[in-house]
Amino acid sequence: MIYPIVIEILQTLILLAAAPAFIGWIRMVKCWFQGRTSPGIFQPYRDIAKLFSKDVVLAENASWIFRFTPYLVFGATVLMAGIIPILSVDLPFSATADVIALVALFAIARFFTALAGMDIGTAFGGMGSSREMTIASLAEPAMLMAIFTVSLVSQSTSLSQMVQVVAHGQFILRPSLAFALLAFILITLAETGRVPVDNPATHLELTMIHEAMILEYSGRHLALIEWAGMMKLFIFAVLGIALFLPWGVAATGVLTGIPAAFLFLIVKLGFIGIVLVLIETGLAKMRIFRVPEFLGSAFLFATLGMLSYFMLE
Amino acid sequence: MNLAAQINSLLAALILLTAFGLLVQKRMYGLLHIFAWQGLFLSVSTAVVGYAAGTHHLYISSVLTLLLKVILLPYILHVLIQRLQIHKEIETVVNVPTTMLIGIALVIFSYHLTAPIRELSTLVTRSTLAVALATVMIGLLMMITRRHAVTQIIGFLAMENGLFFAATSATYGMPLVVELGVALDILIAAFIFGIFFFHIRTTFDSLDVKQMAKLKEED
Amino acid sequence: MTFSPVGAASSSVLLFFLLAAAALLLKRNQRLLITAGFSLAAVASLLAVAAGGLVVWSGLIHKLILPIGLPDLPFHLRLDPLSGFFLTVIGLLGFFVSIYSIGYCRGFLGKRSVTYLVIFYALFMAGMLLVVVADDAFFFIISWEIMAAASYFLVMFEDEHAENRKAAFLYLVVAHIGAIAILLSFGVMAGFAAGVEEGFNGYTFDAMREAKFPTGWATLAFLLAFFGFAAKAGVIPLHVWLPEAHPVAPSNVSALMSGVMLKTAIYGIIRIAFDLIHVFPWWWGAMVLVLGVITAVMGILYAVMQQDLKRLLAYSSVENIGVIIIGIGLAMIFTSFKLPVLAALALIAGLYHTLNHAMFKGFLFMGAGAVLHATQERNMEKMGGLIHKMPWTAALFLVGCISISALPPFNGFVSEWLTFQAFLFTPALPNALLKLLIPLGAALLALAAALAAACFVKAYGVTFLGHWRGHNPLNPPLLRGTKGVVEVDWFMRLGMILTAFSCLALGVLPTVVIGWMDTISEQMVGTKIAASAGAFGWVWLTPVSHERASYSGPIVFLGILAVVCATYLLLHVRRTAIHRAPIWDCGFEKLTGRMQYTATSFSMPIRRIFGFLFNIKEQVRITPPVPPCNKGGVGGLHYHLRVRDRFWGWIYEPISDVSFWVARKVGMLQQGKIHIYLIYSFVTIIILLMFFR
Repeated sequence: MIYPIVIEILQTLILLAAAPAFIGWIRMVKCWFQGRTSPGIFQPYRDIAKLFSKDVVLAENASWIFRFTPYLVFGATVLMAGIIPILSVDLPFSATADVIALVALFAIARFFTALAGMDIGTAFGGMGSSREMTIASLAEPAMLMAIFTVSLVSQSTSLSQMVQVVAHGQFILRPSLAFALLAFILITLAETGRVPVDNPATHLELTMIHEAMILEYSGRHLALIEWAGMMKLFIFAVLGIALFLPWGVAATGVLTGIPAAFLFLIVKLGFIGIVLVLIETGLAKMRIFRVPEFLGSAFLFATLGMLSYFMLE
Repeated sequence: MNLAAQINSLLAALILLTAFGLLVQKRMYGLLHIFAWQGLFLSVSTAVVGYAAGTHHLYISSVLTLLLKVILLPYILHVLIQRLQIHKEIETVVNVPTTMLIGIALVIFSYHLTAPIRELSTLVTRSTLAVALATVMIGLLMMITRRHAVTQIIGFLAMENGLFFAATSATYGMPLVVELGVALDILIAAFIFGIFFFHIRTTFDSLDVKQMAKLKEED
Repeated sequence: MTFSPVGAASSSVLLFFLLAAAALLLKRNQRLLITAGFSLAAVASLLAVAAGGLVVWSGLIHKLILPIGLPDLPFHLRLDPLSGFFLTVIGLLGFFVSIYSIGYCRGFLGKRSVTYLVIFYALFMAGMLLVVVADDAFFFIISWEIMAAASYFLVMFEDEHAENRKAAFLYLVVAHIGAIAILLSFGVMAGFAAGVEEGFNGYTFDAMREAKFPTGWATLAFLLAFFGFAAKAGVIPLHVWLPEAHPVAPSNVSALMSGVMLKTAIYGIIRIAFDLIHVFPWWWGAMVLVLGVITAVMGILYAVMQQDLKRLLAYSSVENIGVIIIGIGLAMIFTSFKLPVLAALALIAGLYHTLNHAMFKGFLFMGAGAVLHATQERNMEKMGGLIHKMPWTAALFLVGCISISALPPFNGFVSEWLTFQAFLFTPALPNALLKLLIPLGAALLALAAALAAACFVKAYGVTFLGHWRGHNPLNPPLLRGTKGVVEVDWFMRLGMILTAFSCLALGVLPTVVIGWMDTISEQMVGTKIAASAGAFGWVWLTPVSHERASYSGPIVFLGILAVVCATYLLLHVRRTAIHRAPIWDCGFEKLTGRMQYTATSFSMPIRRIFGFLFNIKEQVRITPPVPPCNKGGVGGLHYHLRVRDRFWGWIYEPISDVSFWVARKVGMLQQGKIHIYLIYSFVTIIILLMFFR
């Protein structure tokens, strides 16, 4: 009984602690690819620490929603950390939410961020909120279709069960999962605001989406939002691992599997970081009205996955 | 499902993917590359079926496909595009998302259509028949929705790919003589198309098939 | 004397009729009328809740035959779990809205008499309660008409605006076309339920339940009834009256109309399909499902385009009706393929969403009413920053927005999640075509849910957040104290607070609610799901099995709350210095409230992406500069945007043209000369004599 709770706490801590390192790794690899000197894998930690130590400057017009949002976004993200099986499928809180509910937890964080963007009453905030909500609503059908396809294989939307079936069941080549993975990658790029949908590094007025909403944040509020954003990318990465590459995650009641699972996790995350950098370096940010086509192809992939499950498997 | 059937399913899925790729790709060279990939998957799939079913003449078809559809035809088209200096953006009659949705509908329709055949057949490859039919239909859809003559010939060749795939998956391939004949036909068709392109261009100064509307008699 | 559900339900209805009569007596003292009248309405609603709740909980069927009605057809009443459930829904929202109305109607004091409002409010409530307990066709139609007529007068309440009269007329027309279809449907079914010699017996629902209908006639009856009920529920393309009528009614009435009146139509569909006909081919369900999906997506897309707060809410009701109908359609498909457990899941999902939508939509209309009450404004483009003036309303409205956007841990999420779960079971269907097509419906439902979130970010953000966009933009009244945008009174707040709590409770404790609702699915599709849904205690909701999917409202709620509190405390151990500073203006220094994103600009990307579904006219006009301005500048930019329903042009305008044409032709008979009328009579007599000699 005590063992699953230990795992639960362990993996929540891993998520909290490793998310900035993951971002640091991505930035580092990106620097290498672009022939620059990188600030090191630990730079995000220093950024967050710096922000925490600074005072908060609030816009005159900001209401309680603006101040409450960072805490809520952080809270929702941390809650998700305890749900996704990162190291072991034996988690007491894993049943709190299945994949669909997990997507909804992202949605609540996004809902409040968008409200906070509108709260201060600048044109930028509204612009960011409007675009973010539009892109999110286009990503949602593709996301659901991808989930549908994946759940066809495991007959479940509960994450522990999905990992269990794929990782510890018989290995079969599944085109449907490959399609779903493609769709999932495109959706991840859109949902976490990466190139080519949004550029996390820019503050150029007309291309901002996520940054436009959080433009007025400062101090510990900004630190919480940034940290939650890093965790969001990390969560999408481990969600992708759980859905598509779950090999190595420890089964129920196997204590010895944990260190191996941890090593697997690091290798997989390192690999995902490199893939992400390759995508980001290879593509340019697209116009906002090209995003529907981008997400349309995500939907196409997911649908083809669903169809090929029924037709070919 | 044994491994060969699994690999064949995977290749079928890839062929379907390339069919959709042809439908949504906007650049001429991109289109050619996707077409070449489709040929490659088709050739590998033919070899896999040949191995699984023990019918060795399929190896010959496979090599033939590889030579013809992956190397020769894309090369000819490539040369054609360069000679004709076709601008690279492809104009479409219907916008891309709508085409995509119609494509999905066609896949579902062909699945529905092939359901009775699936019941009857006992081959391991029978489930890929729906994909083959869908590839044919998507090729036709591509011919309908594109304006450019070169894209139309690619649509035509994609249809032929679908038919070939249907033959391998439904009956383990046609007799070798027939296949050789078809391959030769395709080659000749490609040449004739090429000659026609030059004629169309000298007549209309464009390869947009919309121009052909001018040929009809004025009222 | 023990508590009997039938007694409680009847006394609730009687109380409402009594209230309608007593309102005339209390006409002199308007203030007393409002307080006493709506308090009585609240008590009567509570009685209905008690009756309904008990019936659903016990699962028993109570019947009563009243000694009034037609000679051969006395009024039949029946309380079974299904009607008990709707009784609860109507009563619960009726209770909250009645409390709210005490405060809201005080706004009319000194402006207009509220006597008629109280009378028709009471009749409206009574009519809705009677609709769900009626057990014969005749009584059902009478109750249906009481409800329709009363709501017509309520929509007309502020009849000095031509717009309101037009909306009410449109509503009346659509409601009656629907009612005719329902009546015809009952006629068809009654014809098979009993022979001619048995008189009116075929018109009781009991006789219809027993009857066997030939497939063709059953289809006709169902299609007619579905058409009639769809017109009432606002299923696209029969939705046009809804966004006209709901916004112009007083807000407490809009809350009831959107929250529960539409649900009586849902009740009708379920009653006819699952209870009266109960054997049907799968394509009925497929048709209902397709219409539900179209309604959900189109409804929310229209909602996103709106600038009028109440109109936006009305269109969003269309969307939610679509979601409910999706649940019912899935349940019908599963039933016709003999998959009762899945049918139960889908039906429970639809009914749960019915309950949820009643709560949050009623709630949002109450909130919109509070805003209207305080600002006298429905146009969002002229609002903004109300959170500083109306903190209570703002906080409560936010709860409604979260609930309707299907975000955990509030109630909207639970029912949409259940609907998705029902969708995920469609691979179990034996029909290959359905298997491949239904997932696309699920994707569209996801689109609708996500667009709903966008829509309510817009509604909330533009109305309550940012700066005031009002009439005098350069002089934002927020900082000075405006002409009187103040928080609403405690009755209105109390009504909204109670609704907010019910939204939270329905979201956090779904297992309890589903356990309570279980008798309905047992009655309708013959299976319970509570045993599996609550197999792991009240904390975990596991619709079919825990390996399939699970959700825990309490843990999500408490988990987020705990992390938020912990983070807040950790960060406030040290010091909590906060400086206030002007917003970043890019060095422009002249930012005004007019430069914020507006409702129109917020929805621009969505309008552009989905524009082909609408009839959009966009105009930008530039006026020349006024003399003191320097050369080359512009005097003013005028942006005009009109988004119209395509269905008007496609369906309604042709129909109205044809009916006007027919009316004109018929009108030619009217000559105004007495001898011509005599000729008509004479010719008629001659013809009749020729044929019936």
